[in-house]
Order: sequence, then structure tokens, then C-alpha cells
Amino acid sequence: MADIDTQNMIDQEEVLRPKMVTVEIAGKKYDVPEGITVIKALWYAGQEVIRGIGCLGGFCGACATYYRTKDDAKVRTCLACQMAVQDGMSFSMVPPFPARKAIYNIAELKDPKQDLFALYPEAPLCRNCNACTEACPQTIDVREGVWRAVFGDFKAVSEMFMDCVMCGLCVPVCIADIAPNLVALYASRVQGAHFTEKPERLEHRIKEIADGKYRDEWARVMKMNEQELAKVCAELK
Amino acid sequence: MDIHKLQEIVHKTRDARRKQTLPKYAPAERDTLIKKYHPDFRESAYRPIAFGPNAGEKTVRELAALLEGNSVVPMDLDLTPQHACDVLVVGGGGAGCAAALHAQAQGAKVILATKLRLGDSNTVMAQGGMQIAVTNEDSPVTHFLDTLKGGHMKNDHDLLKVMVEEGPSIAKWLLSLGVLFDRDADGNLHVKKGGGSSKPRLLTASDYTGLEIMRVLKDEVLNQKIQLLEFSAAVELLSDGKGTCTGAVLRDLDNQRFFVVAAKTVILATGGIGRLHIQGFPTSNHFGATGDGLAMSYRMGAKLMHIDTFQYHPSGAVYPEQLIGALVTEGIRSEGGHLVNARGERFVNELDTRDVVSSSIIRECEEGRGIRTMSGRIGVWLDTPLLEAEQGEGTLNKHFPAMVRQYERFGINIAKDPVLIYPTLHYQNGGVKIDVNGESDVKNLFVAGEASGGLHGRNRLMGNSLLDLMVYGKRSGLTAAARAQSGSQGKLTMEHVMKFKDEAKKHHVSADVISPMLFPAYAKKE
Repeated sequence: MADIDTQNMIDQEEVLRPKMVTVEIAGKKYDVPEGITVIKALWYAGQEVIRGIGCLGGFCGACATYYRTKDDAKVRTCLACQMAVQDGMSFSMVPPFPARKAIYNIAELKDPKQDLFALYPEAPLCRNCNACTEACPQTIDVREGVWRAVFGDFKAVSEMFMDCVMCGLCVPVCIADIAPNLVALYASRVQGAHFTEKPERLEHRIKEIADGKYRDEWARVMKMNEQELAKVCAELK
Repeated sequence: MDIHKLQEIVHKTRDARRKQTLPKYAPAERDTLIKKYHPDFRESAYRPIAFGPNAGEKTVRELAALLEGNSVVPMDLDLTPQHACDVLVVGGGGAGCAAALHAQAQGAKVILATKLRLGDSNTVMAQGGMQIAVTNEDSPVTHFLDTLKGGHMKNDHDLLKVMVEEGPSIAKWLLSLGVLFDRDADGNLHVKKGGGSSKPRLLTASDYTGLEIMRVLKDEVLNQKIQLLEFSAAVELLSDGKGTCTGAVLRDLDNQRFFVVAAKTVILATGGIGRLHIQGFPTSNHFGATGDGLAMSYRMGAKLMHIDTFQYHPSGAVYPEQLIGALVTEGIRSEGGHLVNARGERFVNELDTRDVVSSSIIRECEEGRGIRTMSGRIGVWLDTPLLEAEQGEGTLNKHFPAMVRQYERFGINIAKDPVLIYPTLHYQNGGVKIDVNGESDVKNLFVAGEASGGLHGRNRLMGNSLLDLMVYGKRSGLTAAARAQSGSQGKLTMEHVMKFKDEAKKHHVSADVISPMLFPAYAKKE
């Protein structure tokens, strides 16, 4: 057994030679183990994180972070729960940006493609600087998405932004004060609510349930004792 | 050994495995397997709860301590309310947002409080999908039976019947809000088959189903101008002194001050317990999953059920270190991905229920057929490249973009190499006992979503959680709103907390454990 165990062991550099690296968190230097995530580095440095933390799985967008690697002038973005630290890295978490979200009633929009310009009048003012695309930690082509929204191709927007975690990193970099993530969310919701076929089979099922199609079957099943139920369940494949 | 060397056996055995079909275990074999290997049956991890509504019943030690825990609120706190409302919703995930939206739509004055931001939840991470019986080959009754089978026949039949029957109208509601479920060419909702289900029934939005739903619900909560209290943690419920819930004490996490919300009804949508790391397991849960709702409602006299059973998701990442505990979506197995041990063998039907699959992985590892990492973890392979072999190059990127991205960040290409997985603490099967309107044993105290118990029995079926959140979020929201509109605001007291403290003293329970816990203590302090 012991044999099998050592045979089946993966080499891991970080465990073989545990190495500390120096990182700079919001301007202060700390030594932390190499390869841990940015959020774990914050914990390692003794910092409680309440603002800027959420699912820890790369989905909620709470932990938007700016970082720079050693000797590189380029400041990049990441989600702190998904980025491994390396020596010489500097990073700061990004507080929420006060972007304006338009308030609308999705069901009552009359001409939603046109309404975009009333709700987000800045949307067509994109000057193609591409900073939003470069800021996206999900590698969405944000700039292209904004243009697609402006041209009314909401379907493309909804597909492009399925990856969007609403971290908002595309917002502060926009020189035209567009909040691309909010524009995209509007376009995606509209695409779903107004421009996607109503699924017939679903409507049919709702009606069947309302009409009591399953009433007899329910009556039969709900009357069964545990043994009878177990038998029926065992037969399901 | 070099990881690629160890992976060779997975590549070598792939073609032979593709021809193989593995039967699911017969009921008796399932039971033996689970009793021997499932963490729910590790006696030493459990102890009886000393007092309260579930006195004498066993649960894991970590949770027992919190249920018997002491209040953080000073008993002489001035209970003059700072806010008043019809419905106070605690929790900003799927159940909380659904409850708040439905209550507000009835004209109730709603406050939604959450200890982190609106949307912080496990919901946002749900990748597998949402079970709703929409196809002609399927029916709500079949959905009911599949769920019952998965739950070891222990599910509350009434709760379950309501959930499966309301599923289709929930799908319609979400579509009307703009949720983009995957479609078939004819415009109908596309369905996938989930583990433990006899029919394909999972509605999906690629592998971002939870994110897509949460993005839309959060946006809708803002559109409906529901009053939000973010970074405000509920730390105690309030009662009228006669056992009816009348509000809550919250704590502002910026200045640590306590404040009171008077509410005619309260809906707890506080989620699960993954961050208690019971039995030392890593978890797939969000940062705030500390069982706050269980502790608060227990003190008020609400009965809990099935709190001795937890779901360990079969596929938590164990390599690389950075991804430990993170979830590898069940979708990979739904689409035909094999689980493979160190000898290159399959050892379970990958689409069996989560408890069976998890138990069999633990068995392989305990019997020396696992693959170890140098940090002391162990796991088995999930053959992701198989999907590319079966369905063509680019399949993973097309259907599992979130997972591809997750591994890519650490230089791992899941289209080329299998990934190492081991069960991770995923879900609390039980919770606060509720009726079909989401109301607990305590009048005017509602519980929705993972914090509630009974619906899922002793093992939740994949894809039933998202539906649970929406159905019971809605029902509790509607009932609470109607109740509030016909009732008046009761007195605000902490008498039940004082009684609970006396009980604790009587049973010699230390007053040092404070609950709810709110957050795990990860920050290194020395």
C-alpha cells in the first residue's frame, strides 16, 4: 500500500521547496508563500477582508483587484480569489465605483433597443480606446460588446457577456463614462425578455399542471406507503 | 512523480473505458457503500445537542457548538427600532432576492439585509443547472420520484410536491425577467441529464446558470428599489415574548454598532454551513456560509431537521493548491466524463447520486487507489479530455468556459489533461423545518433555501437547489407579505434569548462560543 502511495504522488514545487515571496499590498511589503491566491495573501498578512470578498470561486466579482508584476509598468486586473501571487507583485483591491445604474421596468419597455439611448445616453459615445477590454479579468471583448449594444445586436451582447461577473473593472477606465457591464446586462435581459422565442413546451406543461393532468397520478403516488414508493423509485433508471 | 507521467494511465486506458458501461449500484449495495465511506456516518464527528428544540439529536460537533452558542448582543440593548418594515429578508442570494421581489410585488414594505453585498451567495456559483420537468417524456411526478430516491426516501412529500409542480411557472417567471436559459433549435428549453435523475431535466445557461440568474435577480431588486442594508449582519431575532417573531437585531459591520429592525415578518435566507469546515473538509461554499440562520432560529425555538446530513460534492479540486475546495462542475460527468483511479480503472457509474459517487471516491482513496499530492491531499482523476474525444475538439471551451478559465489561470489545459478531484463540503441537506409556505415552527418566522430543511431528505439531487430557492423564496415572500398586511407590529423583546441563556447554564454549556459566527477566521493573527 505504501508503495502505491509514493508511486502515485504528484511532484509539487510549492510543497517540495516552500518558498516565500515578497509582495506589496496597497503599498506595504509582506512576505507570503508563493503561489497562494491574492485573497489568501491578504489573510496571510493578517488582514480581515469584508469588503471585497464573496464567493471565493471566481463568480461573484466582489474581489476586483489591480496588480502589477515585478519590473513591468503595466497595471493589470484580476479577481483576488483566482490570482496566484508571485515575487515582486504589487496589488490593491478596487473599491466599488459609483456607476449609475438605470432603473427600468423590464416588462413595460416599448422599444427596448431605442430605450437603451434614453437609459444610457452615454453608451454611443465610445471613443474606441479599448481600455474596458483590457481591464476585463474575464477576457470579454467589452468594447466590441458596447458597440454591438449600440447597433442593437443584443443577441451577440448576451452571448459575449455570459462570462461577466459584474466586477465593474471596465467602468472606472471608461473615458466616456459608460458602464459597459450595466449596458451589457440591460441588453442581455432585454434579449431574454423581449427577443427570445417563448418556449411552447413550457407553456404547455404549465397548462397541463393547471388543468390537473397529473391529479390521478399524484393521488396514486401520495397514497403509497414507504415500501411501495421505494419499489417505484427502484424501478427508475 | 511528474504529474504528466501519472496522467499517462488515464490517456492510455481511455479508449478501452469508452466501450465500458458501469451499472448503477442496487439499493442494498448503495446503503453498504454509504454507511462504510460517507462522512455522514463517521460517528466520532458527531455529538448530541445538549438542549433546545432538537435536544438529544446528533449533529456534527462544529454545528452543535454554534446551536448551543451564546448571543453577541448585550441583553440591555435599547430595542427602539431604527427601521420598520412588513417583511425583513435576511440574505442576498437566490432565495433572499426571490423572496424580496415577490413580497414587494404584493405591496409589502420590504427590507433586504445581507452581511456582505447584495448577491453574495452560493447561488451565484451554481453551474450544473436547475431541474424542472418540461419535456414530454418527463413529468412533475417523475421529478418527485427521482428526488425522493436521491433523498433516501426521507424528503417531506408535501414540500417536494409543491416544488416540482411550481417549477415550470418559476421558469416562466425567470424568462420574463430576461434569464437566458439554453434553447433547442426549435426554441424550446434545452435540457441536460443530471446525476441521479432518470430524465434529462436540467435547464442551463452554459455553465453559468447561477451567475445568470443572480445577475438578473440582483438587477431586478435594484430596479424595484427594494431597501437594502448591505454589510449588515443579522445577529439575533426578536420576539413578542409569546413566541412570535417580530424583527431582528443587526450589526453594522463598518462600525460594529447594533441596530434594530422591527418587522411584522422575517424571512431567513441565510444559506448553508460550508465555512464551518466540518470534519476538516475543504468547501465549495462562499465566504459567508456559516449557518447564521440555524443558530438564530434555534434560539427562538424553531425545530431543525436532517441536520446530521451534509452533501459532499464528488468533484472538488485538489490540485493545484490554489483551487483546493473549488468545484469542478457535475456537468463534466453529465456529459460523459469518467472518474478514474490510479490504476486507470473506472469504479462507479459517474451519474449515480452525489452521496454514492463521493463515497466511492473516498473508498478508492482509502484503499490505496488514489493519487496523492505533496501537500497531503488525495484524489482521483476526472477524465476531461474524454469529452473532446467523444464530442470533438473545442467541446470543453464551448460548454464549460468557466471551468476552462479556472484551470487555465494555473497553466492547466483541461482539454489535454485530466484533473484531480476529491469530495468537498458542498451543501447542508437539512435545516430549519418549514411548512409549504416556508414558515418555521415559530410564527412569522420564514426560512427559504439552503437554510431550510426537509425538502431534500438526506441527499439533495443535483439541480434541485436552484429550484428550491426560487419556489420557496417565492412562497415565503408571498405568505409573509400577506401575513404582514393583515397583522400588526408586535413588541420587540429578547426574552427568548434570556431563556436560552438560562438553559445553557443549566446544561453547563460554556458561554464562550458566540453565534452566529458570520465569517470564518482566516486572517492570520499572532
